[in-house]
Amino acid sequence: MIDIARTTEDGVTVLRCDGRLTMVAAPRLRTVLDEVVADGGHRIVVDLSATTFVDSSGLGALVHGLKATRVAGGDLRIAGASDQVLAVLRLTNLNRVLRPYADVAEASSEW
Amino acid sequence: MIRQLVVRTLVVLTLLAGTSYVVWRWGWSVNWENWWIAVPLAAAETYALIDAYLFGLTVWRIKRRGEAPPPPDDATVDVFITTYNEPVEMVMATAQAAQQITFPHRTWILDDGNRLELAAAAADLGVGYLVRSDDWTDRPRHAKAGNLNNALFATDGEFMLILDADQVPDPSILDRTLGWFRDPEVALVQTPQWFTNVTDADPLGSQAPLFYGPIQQGKDGWNAAFFCGSNAVLRREALMQLGIVGYVREVESAVEDALRASQRILGGAARRARRMHPELAGDLEELRSAAHRSLKDLRGGAQIAEVTYDFQQAVERASRGAVGRDLAGIQEDLDLIASLPVALDHEVGALVVDDVALDQLADREWSPLGAIESVRSLIRAVDVDRADEAQPMMPLATVSVTEDMATCMRLHALGWKSVYHHEILAHGLAPEDLRTMLQQRLRWAQGTLQVLLRENPLAQRGLTLAQRLMYFGTMWSYLSGFAAVIFMAAPVFYLCFGVLPVNAYGLEFLERFVPYFVLNQLLFFVIGYGVKTWRGHQYSLALFPLWIRACTTAAANVFLKRPLGFVVTPKTRQAGGRFPWRLVWPQLTATVILLAACVIGVVRLWTGDATSTIGTVVNIVWVAYDLLVMSIIFRAALYRPADLTEEPAS
Repeated sequence: MIDIARTTEDGVTVLRCDGRLTMVAAPRLRTVLDEVVADGGHRIVVDLSATTFVDSSGLGALVHGLKATRVAGGDLRIAGASDQVLAVLRLTNLNRVLRPYADVAEASSEW
Repeated sequence: MIRQLVVRTLVVLTLLAGTSYVVWRWGWSVNWENWWIAVPLAAAETYALIDAYLFGLTVWRIKRRGEAPPPPDDATVDVFITTYNEPVEMVMATAQAAQQITFPHRTWILDDGNRLELAAAAADLGVGYLVRSDDWTDRPRHAKAGNLNNALFATDGEFMLILDADQVPDPSILDRTLGWFRDPEVALVQTPQWFTNVTDADPLGSQAPLFYGPIQQGKDGWNAAFFCGSNAVLRREALMQLGIVGYVREVESAVEDALRASQRILGGAARRARRMHPELAGDLEELRSAAHRSLKDLRGGAQIAEVTYDFQQAVERASRGAVGRDLAGIQEDLDLIASLPVALDHEVGALVVDDVALDQLADREWSPLGAIESVRSLIRAVDVDRADEAQPMMPLATVSVTEDMATCMRLHALGWKSVYHHEILAHGLAPEDLRTMLQQRLRWAQGTLQVLLRENPLAQRGLTLAQRLMYFGTMWSYLSGFAAVIFMAAPVFYLCFGVLPVNAYGLEFLERFVPYFVLNQLLFFVIGYGVKTWRGHQYSLALFPLWIRACTTAAANVFLKRPLGFVVTPKTRQAGGRFPWRLVWPQLTATVILLAACVIGVVRLWTGDATSTIGTVVNIVWVAYDLLVMSIIFRAALYRPADLTEEPAS
């Protein structure tokens, strides 16, 4: 399963996903993303440094959040993705839309 | 093994005979004097030969898989029953049977009809009930594909079994099929569709034993077994991947469209500015090259957000330069920008791009500053958001009214495998009257042709050559309506007016044609040994008006954006009654003309107006064959189903 820790700093909400972001966890992440946007958080960084595995459903949840934040005039960024996650991003071309940042600090800067 | 060898030998012989016949036809026997019928006839014969090649390739590697391995451990499965307007009792009968499936799973009714009664019945039975989420309000619903896409994001099973509302599953359906997913590259297992409410004679041609048999097994041999919309198990991961790849592609093409429109706008504005405001022409030209560079970067695989960001920066710079100069007539343009073409969607506050309006925008004569402003708003609009769709991701393809074929083709293009499992594991209900049956066939044909026109399989990257040909073959066969008309017209012109499309209907013609024809029939006989293929063969000709209509409506839909006149196939019997003249008048007219032509032909031979006995006999035999084949449509029109008792209980 997955643990999602939510912190907010300088108007940027960081969601740290601990565990495997798969089809089982994706609905949870979608719900949390919707909650953050509903609470007015339009700048979201999803911290994947503690995420061991991501499948296409997990990516689907990220796309869902990307759309929700963009519609609200903000953005969603991902940080600290492992090699496996980067490989999945490249395989689906999603890296062309969702740029992977090295860490949360880099992702939160220049916003 | 021996059977496959016989099949291959027959394929080679048929194609050799056919090729030599068609080459002879074009090279030596087209009667150019009557080119207006001679050339179409030779073209129709060429069409049929290409069809034979594609069929030969299909049956070249028939794959008989046998038993699946045991299911993967801990597989989680959702069973989806899709419904729109079928009777509640029918849906519930299927749901009950689905609940009885022995492999652990969850059952869901996907009700696109939003029926309270069905929701209550589902709750009573203890199965899940899903309707569209609020996101779909006022957005394209995409029929069954949309229904399934919606359910995908409301469930989380590793695999999903898809059932039409009338397809009652066997309890062992998952145990028998899941094992194929032990191969991690398998995305789809399709099982046959079989109908219980069909008599042995099957006057409506509902069963498709040639397709759910040698053809699917043949396609399977090339890793191209088709997804047919129901009675199939899919891997969620594969569909989700498809959804993400498709999303990225949609975003990219929206940005590309906007950049291309920007180039046009800026190019036109720069040309005009050279005369009126030469000081601004340079700014506009520069911005136009920036758009050009961005387009190149985009095609080169750059980050989409970076491409749009860089271009936006260029727009800002140009805009700062332009605003400094006082220009008349700007206000009018600015007003227009506020009203066109990337309208604000008030529901979600997002922008919606309208292709037609985009073209209008690009063709408008903008003032220099107006051009820059419109480009600015365009780029901002398309930035990474598919606001015009309910969900950013549409895993099941929505380019066609039949979602299954397009989805399957995209899965294959991504490198996934499909499996055809040749065992009847669900029993469904076929249409019971001609009108419903015709609607269903029309929808299939339209959907298939939409895919051909929108995503031509021959041009799909990621597919093997054989896979491309397997998809193309199915689409090609739907063009048969035009050939059928020519095949019927040619003998009529000969018998009535002595118009000769072939140089001679002599022995040479028979020597070349008969072996080809006989070998072709023999091939079909061997392939279809033990299954009834005659009905399907009859309908491929007898429904010629329908195939033609499918071609014209699909083309009008794809190129002119006209509606298809789409109908959901009713699963219940439609009111019977009188003979449906209006449904079969083209076939009736053709029959009358063909019969009259035979009489006239005989009379002309009698009176000496026609000189070739062989010619008349060949053409009369030809007409007789056409009539025999077409007679099925009248049998279907007269068919009234015996009043069976209620739907078979499960």
